[in-house]
Amino acid sequence: MLVTVRVQRFNPETDSKPYYQEYTVEVEPTDRVLDALNYIKWYHDGTLTFRRSCAHGVCGSDAMRINGRNRLACKVLIKDLGPKITVEPLLGFRIIRDLVVDMEPFFAQYRAVMPYLINDEPPPVRERLQSPEERELYDDTTKCILCACCTSACPIFWTTEWLGPAAIVNAHRFLFDSRDRATEERLAILNQKFGVWRCRTIFNCTEACPRGIQVTNAIEQVKRRILFEQS
Amino acid sequence: MTTETAREVRQVSSRGLGAYRGYRPPPGMISWALHRVTGLGVLLFLLLHIVDIFLVNYGPETFNELLFLYRHPVFRIGEIVLVAGLYYHAANGVRIILIDFWPQAYRYERQLFYGVIAVFLLAFVPTAILMIRAILV
Ligand code: SF4
Ligand code: SF4
Ligand code: FES
Repeated sequence: MLVTVRVQRFNPETDSKPYYQEYTVEVEPTDRVLDALNYIKWYHDGTLTFRRSCAHGVCGSDAMRINGRNRLACKVLIKDLGPKITVEPLLGFRIIRDLVVDMEPFFAQYRAVMPYLINDEPPPVRERLQSPEERELYDDTTKCILCACCTSACPIFWTTEWLGPAAIVNAHRFLFDSRDRATEERLAILNQKFGVWRCRTIFNCTEACPRGIQVTNAIEQVKRRILFEQS
Repeated sequence: MTTETAREVRQVSSRGLGAYRGYRPPPGMISWALHRVTGLGVLLFLLLHIVDIFLVNYGPETFNELLFLYRHPVFRIGEIVLVAGLYYHAANGVRIILIDFWPQAYRYERQLFYGVIAVFLLAFVPTAILMIRAILV
């Protein structure tokens, strides 16, 4: 199957602004967009730059806009897109080159919510017990691979500096963990002006998440927790 | 580093309102954009309304002259647009409240949006017919 891949390109040392370049490649319908990009890089144009690592949807490094929506290139099949494919970098970040963007602001948001278990109580003799029901409360948000599909799909994030959905998902993962003891500190962080209240329930994040996490639902749970527990 | 040539490295990012053009909007994004636009439209009308009521202070003549403006066809068509904005904003506002307070609402986010469109049409079409009739007579 012959497909035309239109890629947004940008080299900060030679180009003044991004432009599009088209490549025509022969691929199988069951190939993924990542395979097409690899093919271009290996046999057509070695200067094409993009990130990828695991190629199996677990490392989160090849998030990009595919036909205008945030997706992992390694999880989208060519046959679901048709013969014309547009590939662009994630929105809202500085472009380092071609499809590679500067994710540092994204990881700064992530670090801001203290994404680790906090519990200073002396450890029990055996493990800290948790019932299946307690575990279920945050099961969905443990699946995040920090790909930034959600945050860079959020229209609020494009215009405003705020925590963004991914950081809230990862805060949710500890807020709803019965073993964690930093609920107050975390809720205080999320209750700030640029915390959860910036979310306008647009659901772009949920639509984009390659892990199928109910991102907006997690954000709404945090909002309700602040509303009912902190006031 | 001093060995580095002073090559200008340009910074390009896709932040700001321009980013909206770069994303193929899912229904939720459309519902939100409409909510913003109608919200601003209604606010604009409200400001206008405050100004015209304020003009009562300058005597009944001034006020009546202004009312003539409101009877102008362009303004009356504008009124229909205003009603459309109000209906949408109200219906979608209820949807947002549901999403915020009904824990299961996220499952039906899209259906709720289509519901908003249905409620909007049910309310707006009859109103619009009545208003257009009033303009024609
Ligand atoms: S639901 Fe909230 S976080 Fe998700 S895209 Fe919308 S505004 Fe952004
Ligand atoms: S919540 Fe989903 S889209 Fe967002 S960073 Fe995690 S895996 Fe990616
Ligand atoms: S390459 Fe690892 S998620 Fe796609």
